[in-house]
Amino acid sequence: MEVTMTVNGTAHSLGVPDNALLVDVLRERLGLTGTHVGCDTSQCGACVVHMDGAAVKACTVLAGQADGTEVTTIEGIGTPDALHPMQAAFRENHALQCGFCTPGMIMSAIDLVQRSDRLDERTVRAGLEGNLCRCTGYHNIVKAVLAAQESMQEGA
Amino acid sequence: MTSETGIGAAVRRKEDARFITGMGRYTDDVNAAGQTWAVFVRSPHARAKIDGIDTRAAAAADGVVAVFTGADLDADDIGDLPCGWLVKSKDGSDMIVPPHPPLAVDQVNYVGEPYAVVIGETLEAAKNGAEAVVADFEELPAVADLASAASAQQIHQTVPNNQCYDWELGDQAATDAAFEKAHHVTAIDIVNNRLIPNAIEPRAALGEYDAAAGSYTLHTTSQNPHLERLVLAAFVNVAPEARLRVISPDVGGGFGSKIFIYAEETAVIWAAGKVRRPVKWRAERSESFLADAHGRDHVTHAELALDENGTFLALRVNTMANMGAYLSTFASSVPTYLYGTLLAGQYRTPAIHVQVQALFTNTAPVDAYRGAGRPEATYVVERIVETAAREMGIDPAELRRRNFIQPEDFPYETPVALTYDTGDYEASLAKALEHIDYAGFAARRAVSQANGKRRGIGFSCYIEACGLAPSQVAISLGAGVGLFEAGEVRVDVTGSVTVTTGSHSHGQGHETTFAQIVSDQLGIPFENVTVLHGDTGRSDYALGTYGSRSLAVGGSAIVKATDKIIAKGRKIAAHMLEAQEEQVEFEDGCFNVADSNQALTFAEVAFAAYVPANYPLEDLEPGLSEKAFYDPPNFTYPAGTHICELEVDPETGVVDIDRFVAVDDFGHIVNPMIVEGQVHGGLAQGIGQALLEHGVYDPSGQLLSGSYMDYAMPRADDLPSFTVDTTVTPCTHNPLGVKGCGEAGAIGSTAAVMNAITDALGVASVSMPATPETVWRAMRRE
Amino acid sequence: MYSFNYHKPSTLEEATGLMAAAEDGTYLSGGMTLIPTLKQRLASPSDVIDLAGIDGLSGIRVNGDTVSVGAMTRHAEVAASDAIPALADLAGRIGDAHVRNRGTLGGSIANSDPAADYPVAVVTLDATVHTTKRTIPGSDFFQGLFETALDDGEIVTSVDFTVPDAAAYEKFPNPASRYAVVGVLVARCGAAIRVGVTGARPCAFRATALEEALVADFSPSALDDGVDIDHSEFNADLHASAEFRAHLVGVLTKRAVARIV
Repeated sequence: MEVTMTVNGTAHSLGVPDNALLVDVLRERLGLTGTHVGCDTSQCGACVVHMDGAAVKACTVLAGQADGTEVTTIEGIGTPDALHPMQAAFRENHALQCGFCTPGMIMSAIDLVQRSDRLDERTVRAGLEGNLCRCTGYHNIVKAVLAAQESMQEGA
Repeated sequence: MTSETGIGAAVRRKEDARFITGMGRYTDDVNAAGQTWAVFVRSPHARAKIDGIDTRAAAAADGVVAVFTGADLDADDIGDLPCGWLVKSKDGSDMIVPPHPPLAVDQVNYVGEPYAVVIGETLEAAKNGAEAVVADFEELPAVADLASAASAQQIHQTVPNNQCYDWELGDQAATDAAFEKAHHVTAIDIVNNRLIPNAIEPRAALGEYDAAAGSYTLHTTSQNPHLERLVLAAFVNVAPEARLRVISPDVGGGFGSKIFIYAEETAVIWAAGKVRRPVKWRAERSESFLADAHGRDHVTHAELALDENGTFLALRVNTMANMGAYLSTFASSVPTYLYGTLLAGQYRTPAIHVQVQALFTNTAPVDAYRGAGRPEATYVVERIVETAAREMGIDPAELRRRNFIQPEDFPYETPVALTYDTGDYEASLAKALEHIDYAGFAARRAVSQANGKRRGIGFSCYIEACGLAPSQVAISLGAGVGLFEAGEVRVDVTGSVTVTTGSHSHGQGHETTFAQIVSDQLGIPFENVTVLHGDTGRSDYALGTYGSRSLAVGGSAIVKATDKIIAKGRKIAAHMLEAQEEQVEFEDGCFNVADSNQALTFAEVAFAAYVPANYPLEDLEPGLSEKAFYDPPNFTYPAGTHICELEVDPETGVVDIDRFVAVDDFGHIVNPMIVEGQVHGGLAQGIGQALLEHGVYDPSGQLLSGSYMDYAMPRADDLPSFTVDTTVTPCTHNPLGVKGCGEAGAIGSTAAVMNAITDALGVASVSMPATPETVWRAMRRE
Repeated sequence: MYSFNYHKPSTLEEATGLMAAAEDGTYLSGGMTLIPTLKQRLASPSDVIDLAGIDGLSGIRVNGDTVSVGAMTRHAEVAASDAIPALADLAGRIGDAHVRNRGTLGGSIANSDPAADYPVAVVTLDATVHTTKRTIPGSDFFQGLFETALDDGEIVTSVDFTVPDAAAYEKFPNPASRYAVVGVLVARCGAAIRVGVTGARPCAFRATALEEALVADFSPSALDDGVDIDHSEFNADLHASAEFRAHLVGVLTKRAVARIV
């Protein structure tokens, strides 16, 4: 089947199998390997992207469901020279170690800040329940999200 | 030199730029033209005889390239997966090593054990093929429970009573004699629950065969690519070492589980040669649960003898350790040399005897998981010390203090074969007590009580032996490999530097930490140092990353190499400045002649080495590149105090950690930001073991906690923010004075949590994980 | 995943027609249960019929004391609505943020997972389930483990909930999956008290013994002496025995009542 989607600002029209997952389209067809797969039960959150502005687990979205949508992946939010405030905060606060959960964690965290009025430690922790990290114990991730909230809300 | 990027500075990590922008390159991100996909066919039974495997339908399925079974591997002389550490039983006999073919041939012995592999044009084709493989199984009775293993039906023909070994350490007679004189004896029975490592990146492999060169390349998620190559070449016989290159690119966490040489990677690289095409495999999470080596799983009875003042007289420990169905790569060393040797803890216990029975069960193999033996030892020691304090009515901090090895006692020889070089255990305890506000605990407890909650506090004063390890010692105790590390420092023509190391980084930040060391040593900008790792094709044979060894062993190798660079640079500078070599000093990146204003920069010397226009060729080779191998003279001994304070909701049994303090002595610290991060992650895993995580098999050997739907991983809202601090007694025997920080969090924290829960409830014991129902039941037993 | 034909019809008639024509079809709403099931090859439908392209199935409408929620309304939208605060709270505690951005009311109740949150709202808030064929009283909708009153091919189109005077939801989440080990929704409508429970039995149910005790005295202390909760048919798994679930039903009910009074 044919699906059309805008990924990181670029329109794509792709022929894909009916059972293709969004994450496979991103990784294998578009070469956007920053979106990772860490589980098969929609728990770990390594595959989180934004679809029409909402954070979703790309491993649990069929390509057909993403037809006609705008998708943003980790590759679409900033570059090493012009980092998104959340990316910068993750680096500054050492909120990543192996880096595997990081893209999904950053995409979730951006969504969390964008849809929240004012986050504190407790609400950040609760808001990240859909993302697993095995390296950091979340301590520095929480710090990074709170720091990014400051810069994102200043910038807004 | 102190600088913003040198040793001691919280330098932001070099590697982060690619990880936060999605440009990391993990094994599953690597693809080869014309690649095929491998899917493993796994046993649904915990134990069954294989009467036959019919692969015809699978081979004929659409898109299936090939189907292989253990017989095919056997026909190619592919060997068993070996265990790299020979442990001897107390009667002097060798441990019994059952055959461990990569693909099961006659019998399967755990759920998830692979017995065939299907290679398909696509992943879906390979999956379809795998479903078409038909095995004729004759189910046999299985044993999953460690406590019943010795009396259960024999799993392997060669292993009576399912016993791999029955090992001991320490002086039994002296220990028994001390118990005779004891004023008080504290006894505990504890279970160290089975854990499933769960690095967020599942294992993956891409095997390629180059027919023209007759060589193989394996991209894989390994913590130690050189070891992987050695074993695949020398023991498994996949390819000669010189024609096998193993590359571990970015690896998404390991925690021990990616040390080992597994069936899947072995079959993938072998199959690439058979089908003459690249073969790719990536584990689904459900496969990781079934087939990654699990951790822990001990059952222990321990007794501590004390005199009337609470002085420890002797410790007696009896442990059963679950090996799973086969011996994984280092499985045998975990409950012995990484466990029994640590039972002295931080204390002057004069007599210790430990006996460990390693048993096979019909479960996934068990091997090193973050801490590996040392968390189990700490759990025994710190649970029994805490229990003794309560039984004798002595403050738990005070009882520990009375028994600490004192600073003047070092070097301290323990009754369990280790020599601690240095430490100051009271210093960490004192700092931790201050951070937790121990003095205010009683008031906080009263407030909790008024709110209908029960508050408890728990201590854990742990020690670990890491910086693995002196090769001579390890080999004499049964290790099959040396345990040194290699480092190379290549100075480029323009003075920038490329470092190669055998210490693989899968989250630890070596690209940053090692660059800090080299930048400091050579006085060159941090940005000018590039650290490479994870490729047998470009670095010397070395042992990789495990046992908190990277900085203490790998970092020391790099320091040795930079020392050689400086020594050669001084010779070059002496010639160029027409001075005596002894007159040339190296400071802040400059070669100076003493008492003169003559000086050359590091870059000028490097340039001269590579553009030898006026160069002492008769005395000195051109070039500036040095390598070093470092084999440590002793283990390092990080130690510290962890204190947990928590509240229990008596209605639901829910445990809420209010505060957690970790004060660790890691010796000198190169990057405090990275060290803190390592501690945080370890604490989460240790707390996860105490409260959440449990690898559970049912009596028939089916894995019940086989996905994230049932295996409770710590999430952000399960954990508090941590208070982390350090004390410093530098390691006495490595050039950096460092001890290693990778495992401490996971080693110390579990006992602190469980001591706090039992304190809150006022009960002697609660089993792990302390789930709400477990806690609720413990309260009802009161 | 096995291969299947994917369809995205734009009308209910088209959807039911596709289903009738399919050899072994399944509807897809949010996909939060179906897609993981397909990925693990635990189901092999010939056709997957995505309901997301059908207009009019989504949205929240308030009409007097009835709140009508379209079947394709995402959990996040219900969580953000102030129509019934307890329902919003319940929806806001389903899964995680990503699940709430995709999962739907219709998908959840049609699946009748014993540990799902929404079913307890259907049995407790005097709900009416509208389908492509009929209306089904909320009290009759759930028939057992993953079983509902829906016929083959029948699609839930919306659910009407009755606005209670006051209500509160208390959830004891599974530490791994975050589904409900037990969830209790207490609602007060005039003199009537309703206590709905999910997670404890094969499907959501009303705890009548608790309701009776609370009708007599609507306060947490009414349950202090312990109302006998028969757990002979309760679920038991790695995370909680039947006995512990029964205990939690009592504790959570008291806590929900305490939040209301």
